[in-house]
Amino acid sequence: MTDAVAQSNVASATPDTMAWDSRARRVMMIYLPLSCFVLILLFPFYWMAITSFKPNAELLNYKEHNPFWITSPTIDHIRHLLFNTAYPRWLKTTMFVAVGSTFLSLFASTLAAYAIERLRFRGSPYVGLGIYLAYLVPPSILFIPLATVVVQFGLFDSPLALILVYPTFLVPFCTWLLIGYFKSIPYELEECALVDGATRLQILWRITLPLAVPGLISAGIFSFTLSWNEFIYALAFIQSSANKTVPVAILTELVSGDVYQWGALMAGSLLGSLPVAVFYSLFVDYYVSSLTGAVKE
Amino acid sequence: MSVTTLPSRRTLQRQPGWLVRLFDYKPFLITVCLAPAIGLLAVFLTYPLGLGVWLAFTDTTIGRRGVFVGFENFQYLLSDPLWWNAVFYSIVYTGIATFGKFALGFWLALLLNNHFPFKSLLRAIVLLPWIVPTVLSALAFWWIYDPQFSIISYLLVDVLHIRTHNIDFLGTPWPARFSLIAANIWRGIPFVAISLLAGLQTISPSLYEAAMLDGATAWQRFRYITFPMMLPILAIVMTFSIIFTFTDFQLVYAITRGGPVNSTHLLATLAFQRGIAGGELGEGAAIAVSMIPFLVFATLFSYFGLARRKWQQGESND
Repeated sequence: MTDAVAQSNVASATPDTMAWDSRARRVMMIYLPLSCFVLILLFPFYWMAITSFKPNAELLNYKEHNPFWITSPTIDHIRHLLFNTAYPRWLKTTMFVAVGSTFLSLFASTLAAYAIERLRFRGSPYVGLGIYLAYLVPPSILFIPLATVVVQFGLFDSPLALILVYPTFLVPFCTWLLIGYFKSIPYELEECALVDGATRLQILWRITLPLAVPGLISAGIFSFTLSWNEFIYALAFIQSSANKTVPVAILTELVSGDVYQWGALMAGSLLGSLPVAVFYSLFVDYYVSSLTGAVKE
Repeated sequence: MSVTTLPSRRTLQRQPGWLVRLFDYKPFLITVCLAPAIGLLAVFLTYPLGLGVWLAFTDTTIGRRGVFVGFENFQYLLSDPLWWNAVFYSIVYTGIATFGKFALGFWLALLLNNHFPFKSLLRAIVLLPWIVPTVLSALAFWWIYDPQFSIISYLLVDVLHIRTHNIDFLGTPWPARFSLIAANIWRGIPFVAISLLAGLQTISPSLYEAAMLDGATAWQRFRYITFPMMLPILAIVMTFSIIFTFTDFQLVYAITRGGPVNSTHLLATLAFQRGIAGGELGEGAAIAVSMIPFLVFATLFSYFGLARRKWQQGESND
């Protein structure tokens, strides 16, 4: 008898799951609260989306229009955003920064994870722990001294500064994730290759890395979303409007004066969220399994 | 030195170039592999951390090198009501938000651990608030909290007729504080739920079977199996959550910028206002550094308060 069958037999034998009310009970205990959670967790996105397509007349008049619905949708807000602001430029900068820092972090953390997990040396667990602890240093403590470092390097107001700085929180995370992933690849495969006369680099390039691709993908998704999300460094190190990333630009460039252009603001938030959401939905299984895997470690 | 002994071997085996051989020399390979990661972390994390502590003891401003002033910055902070206010709100914010996130996140994890159709789709949907950039969802909350056009006020006043006036969410100190905490909880639930769900799935079903045979109620099963088994994971996730909630910046900066009347400043936003916007790098660094003791305390508290692995595994098992 399998575990599941055994469990369901036991469950049906207990008095608190008697047949007649178990269905109603299930609705009350599981489906109802679950629906509430989903409703509340998704509502801000719905609100963001619906605001993006609402004409201003409906947006600011709840007496005559039901605020939860649009009667005459418009793309004016999105058009304004794309053609009257530097939004496309901001998107491009954000993409450039996110992709750049993701590749830099993947490169650095793959090598580091390989060295720590596979090239075992005295003190490798401590190096691993040290890199992991770096993740616990929050950007809020670092941004002021980092701003002076960035100025010293002549990188102030340059997206390059962000590409170099983001790995400080991406490398610890990716290294931690990849160490776990390398662990799951049988060491015997590498030993065989070593016996056959392959060099260490050949082993890394031809055997370990191809097997670690799912791990690399999830580390890449994490890095991409974290860089896209980053705010405080981008706010502190970037001055000119053209070089701003989407989150910073929306907040500092689109919010002007006392009259907020809610339609354009929400359209900007929606468009800025889309790349991450799409990217994430493509790889959601990797994402969830690696997250749960990382926690199990 | 070994060149003279090599020719005999060279005839037996194709000899790779010197560069490849160098990469097979383990200490060299280890150094090369670790160099990018350690280099990046040393230049952009360890050095700035040290520099930050040094700056906290100087009177540096933007454009002027400071001189060492000892504890002057910290003495000033101790007499600064705004700093005390930020400390107070940082603790309130972290305390309530962490409690809310974990209570609701744990509940959601228990719900998601049941069997129902479209389970994986639901898990994917539930993670959305955590994936979307914080500032962008914070803007949605800003709009939801709008004094005139808040959808919450609309519901309460025009639909349910519970209140007669719109709520001024962000215009008065306490409502503003709780509005930010609510947004933080909303954003934090998915991560807590998914992490705890991973923990729930590692608990062996045989424990529940045994408990059910012994006649344990649902609450007893939760209290004596689920909860103790989850403590180690709770400890890790809560430590992370406390660190990143206490040092939060984006949400407050996006929604209130510390207002009204500086009531919602967290230490991080105050440090930004003084250090970057105000140009007082030394003072800003001192505020940032003043977060460290709280962080260390909160980390130790959450970690050692919850991570009782030894007790949980039994004394014989170390």
